[in-house]
Amino acid sequence: MSMRSKQKKKFSFINLILYIILGLWGITTVFPFVWVINNSFKPSREVINSSFSLPIEFTFENYANAFDNLNILVAYKNSFIISGSVTIAVMIIASMMAFAMTRYKFRGKEFINSLIIASLMFPVFSTIIPVFRMMSQANLLNKPLSVILPQVAGNLSFATVVLMGFLRGLPLEMEEAAYMEGAGVRQVFTRIIIPLSKPALSTVAIFCFLWSYNDLFTQLIMIRRRIKYPVCALLNEISSKYGTDYGLMASSITIIIIPVLIVYIFLQKNIIKGLTAGALKG
Amino acid sequence: MIYKKKSPLFIFLLPGLLLMIVFLYIPFIENIMNSFYDMTSVVKIPGKEWNFIGFDNYTKLLSDPKLKIAIANSLKMMVLAVIFQVGIAFILAVMVSMIKKGQQIFRTVYFFPIVISATAIGLLFKLFYNYNGGMLNQLMLALDKEPINWLAPELAFIMVSIPTIWSYVGFYFVIILTGISAIPEELYESASIDGCSRLKQVWYITIPMVRGVMCTCITLAVTGALKVFDLPWVIVPKGAPQGLTHFLGTYMYEQTFLISNIDYGSTLALIIVILGVVVSKVVSRIVKPDDNL
Repeated sequence: MSMRSKQKKKFSFINLILYIILGLWGITTVFPFVWVINNSFKPSREVINSSFSLPIEFTFENYANAFDNLNILVAYKNSFIISGSVTIAVMIIASMMAFAMTRYKFRGKEFINSLIIASLMFPVFSTIIPVFRMMSQANLLNKPLSVILPQVAGNLSFATVVLMGFLRGLPLEMEEAAYMEGAGVRQVFTRIIIPLSKPALSTVAIFCFLWSYNDLFTQLIMIRRRIKYPVCALLNEISSKYGTDYGLMASSITIIIIPVLIVYIFLQKNIIKGLTAGALKG
Repeated sequence: MIYKKKSPLFIFLLPGLLLMIVFLYIPFIENIMNSFYDMTSVVKIPGKEWNFIGFDNYTKLLSDPKLKIAIANSLKMMVLAVIFQVGIAFILAVMVSMIKKGQQIFRTVYFFPIVISATAIGLLFKLFYNYNGGMLNQLMLALDKEPINWLAPELAFIMVSIPTIWSYVGFYFVIILTGISAIPEELYESASIDGCSRLKQVWYITIPMVRGVMCTCITLAVTGALKVFDLPWVIVPKGAPQGLTHFLGTYMYEQTFLISNIDYGSTLALIIVILGVVVSKVVSRIVKPDDNL
């Protein structure tokens, strides 16, 4: 009896240490964001002097500045047009490819499979200059399409690999039954495959959206007019132009983070699950 | 394999393959060819021919001091990523797997920085590092110490790598934790009945069982370190100070799109690819992932 209680005590002591260490790391991931949100409600001189305390002089001025002078709403609109189109296009095209790759036997299948896998490896740096040339020749620079097309191509292979994995695990009976009863392939695809793949599709959608929304590199290269800037490009400009206005910086960062934060809180289970599926298979 | 009629196949595959060929494969090959020409502009202007210069760009690589810095920084970042990103992630994952309550909360909290754009994180750390009234110097002031120039030449690289490493720990944490939770509980139970301490259980059960997952993580961390761009570009634009914080990605961007040294930029892009292939080959030699992965 005494031994058991001793052991229990030791365990709870270890547990306490575990929770403290884990909690400390948790603080490092949460604190920066809390800090910046807190400071976004202060005038700049207060940020400089006492960034740790709650706002003494609570103000929305930084937000008014951000919305009035910086066109953040326009940047949001640009970002949603770009990332929304990328997400939808990738979902449609990747599920079509995954369907063909898992439900058909054909010559050259191995080859196409290796094309898909190999395109996972292309770093964006190695294709961006010729893509930039194409876009400028097609007069697409500064237009959303110039970011959308390379991003779709870049995300396609990841999405196809994830969906192929999912479709392989899907039982064939339902499709077979529908097909035997005379449904065309197109109907099987739109009425059975797409609804059944919802979990995998939502993973793909979340990741495509986040990657596209957060991808500064392509945005910087393709979009050069301020009014056309998506969110990240605008943020980059704010940092070089208004870097000394700490309050404005804090409010801009907060504005950019908030939509992602909301999405994350609602969808975090899908996001985390999807990530592991994608990373381990990819 | 149930569909006998092959004609829809073409329609299903065409859009995806077309996009991949037009925007990945053709540009990739074009980029290689570009590196052998003296490109006067991105688009060929009639009357202004590009001269074939052979391996000039490649010999230029050898004598480029800034490239040396960029390669050294990228390699250093790989080592740091493996040690700290994967290392911290592993320790955290083992610890979280030992506790009973609150696993889900730690998962959510640790993973959070990954969904935030690197641009926003970069700006945030810029606010931390600022000399005048930045968060860190406020701390120094509170501790009665002299303010420090956090982005001075000797500190800049470390200061840029901290957020880069930190923001992605959660990614590897989640992967490793998933690997750990796949280990059957009985193994631990029988080990603890045999009197095996927790630390020994980690050494003899957890580490061998998640080896495959760790290999995946190390490969991802190493190749990910080559793709670093957003964070350094926002915190220390153009490799400031004095090009000391250039990574291969930022250097390639600067050469191509700011200095208009397009053909040299193409060469650098190719170097990134080659280095990526070589390094991942080396890594898989060293860590030897299991065959079933």
